[in-house]
Amino acid sequence: MTAHPVQNEASARPAAAPGPDISEARRRRHPGRWVAALVVAVLLAQLVNMLVTNENFGWSVVAQWLTAESIMRGLGVTLLLTVIAMVIGIVLGVLLAVCRISGNPLLRSVAGGYIWFFRGTPTLVQLIFFYNLSALLPTISFGIPFGPEFITLNTNSIITPMLAAILGLGLNEGAYMAEIVRGGLLSVDSGQREAGAAIGMTNARIMRRIVLPQAMRFIVPPTGNQVISMVKATALVSVIALSDLLYTAQAIYNRTFETIPMLIVACIWYLIVTSILYVAQSFIERHYNRGSRHQTTGFLDFLKIRPRASLPAVMEGPTG
Amino acid sequence: MTITATRPVLEARNVRKSFGHVEVLKGIDLEVRTGETVVVLGPSGSGKSTFLRCINLLESVDGGRILVDGNDVGYEVVDERLHELHPNEVARRRRDIGMVFQQFNLFPHMTVLENIIEGPVGVRGEKKQVAIERAKRLLEQVGLAHREDSYPRQLSGGQQQRVAIARALAMEPKLMLFDEPTSALDPELVGEVLKTMEELANEGLTMVVVTHEISFAREAADRVVFMDGGVIVEQGTPDQVIDNPQHERTRAFLARFL
Repeated sequence: MTAHPVQNEASARPAAAPGPDISEARRRRHPGRWVAALVVAVLLAQLVNMLVTNENFGWSVVAQWLTAESIMRGLGVTLLLTVIAMVIGIVLGVLLAVCRISGNPLLRSVAGGYIWFFRGTPTLVQLIFFYNLSALLPTISFGIPFGPEFITLNTNSIITPMLAAILGLGLNEGAYMAEIVRGGLLSVDSGQREAGAAIGMTNARIMRRIVLPQAMRFIVPPTGNQVISMVKATALVSVIALSDLLYTAQAIYNRTFETIPMLIVACIWYLIVTSILYVAQSFIERHYNRGSRHQTTGFLDFLKIRPRASLPAVMEGPTG
Repeated sequence: MTITATRPVLEARNVRKSFGHVEVLKGIDLEVRTGETVVVLGPSGSGKSTFLRCINLLESVDGGRILVDGNDVGYEVVDERLHELHPNEVARRRRDIGMVFQQFNLFPHMTVLENIIEGPVGVRGEKKQVAIERAKRLLEQVGLAHREDSYPRQLSGGQQQRVAIARALAMEPKLMLFDEPTSALDPELVGEVLKTMEELANEGLTMVVVTHEISFAREAADRVVFMDGGVIVEQGTPDQVIDNPQHERTRAFLARFL
């Protein structure tokens, strides 16, 4: 008897639906989060306490050396090496990737072999190998293969630590970039190539006008990651006595025995450089994701603690 | 629709093609004359799309011969023998063959106008202004005037396909190939594309159309070709093939559309 009038009323005015409503629901409590916050707070306090009270950090030494001329020169070498190695890596990577997907089986397997070798051996070993190239090839000559030689050079005099570092890091990077570029090229639908071919474009033109511009969206963001990795990978060259940032810091603490402060100086500079690159990368990613619905996280997002939106925005209809 | 000229634009002789061990084309013979509209019908897997793609060499051909406007697309005759051409020369010969794809395949990073003039300007070396003028006329013809600055993703499927038709027409092809041009479209968008194609057929464009649209075949085709199992089963006017099929396989296929 009583159910009927209520039902009629409800169908006439759906806004006044009887009974509990989701919008008034009690939110779930999260006691675990408070416990976690407490644990983190205690650990953080301990960390700060150690940083301040432990004199072995030698903060005054850090401040003294942070902008010292020798450190700045080391930083310059690190940055220069990063740029040169990445340029070599990108150019080589594009060439290798194009070879990898070309119709020529010989080019395909040569590129495959190159990538296999340089990705399969440690970068550190490659660096030392190039540095000691003279032990394998005492002289390097240019001329007709198996015929007369026009120029003969002493390997020891041309393979400086800088050249060994550029070769080691650049050739190694080329192998990784090749895989990134290849992935980008393969991500472009084959219909695009066919459409280009159907209006009479040559393969080179299809690559330049149709495939590469579309592949850039998939190539640029991971390339940014590679640049950031390269900044840190350059620290490996300290083993071949090239005065990069790390080697300079080592040279100083070998003299002054202030090992920890000098390593902190190096870390601070690595962090500054990579942070700038992270910011740049997030801008680049946002640029290439225009139009797509995928949201990239910004650089400082890890610092933000904010409640997740409890209701999706879709529910805010024009009537609500 | 009377066929005035009689010169064949397309001559396919005993065309054979296999994917691995599967023979998908078992000797196709087809002639298409200037101004003719030929609709190819047939069940999925009958080889009709593959045959179409063989015509402009998007698929390689294993045997037989295909001549477009009297030339082999991928070969040249030297001393009574065919010699494979350099890919760039194949690309040059493809300019005369327009193609419209099932998935439109517009270039997503270019505007509608850039899509259309890419061929004329970039491939044929036409003056940009001339190409733009023709592109605008073509857009008007396919019912998309003033959409030249849109990007493909801002258009509906039917609009994208009409841009793709304009892009193919911009090269002033001697032969147009349509590979299931309405199969990827929502039902309500099929009509606008078919209408554009019918207008082109009536204007005397030489067309080979692979489709499942029986009504289009009836309205626009000069000749209907029915393919099944890699061979042409029968061909004739729409009245003959669609309304009075002689072959059992044709009857079975058409029965599904009634």
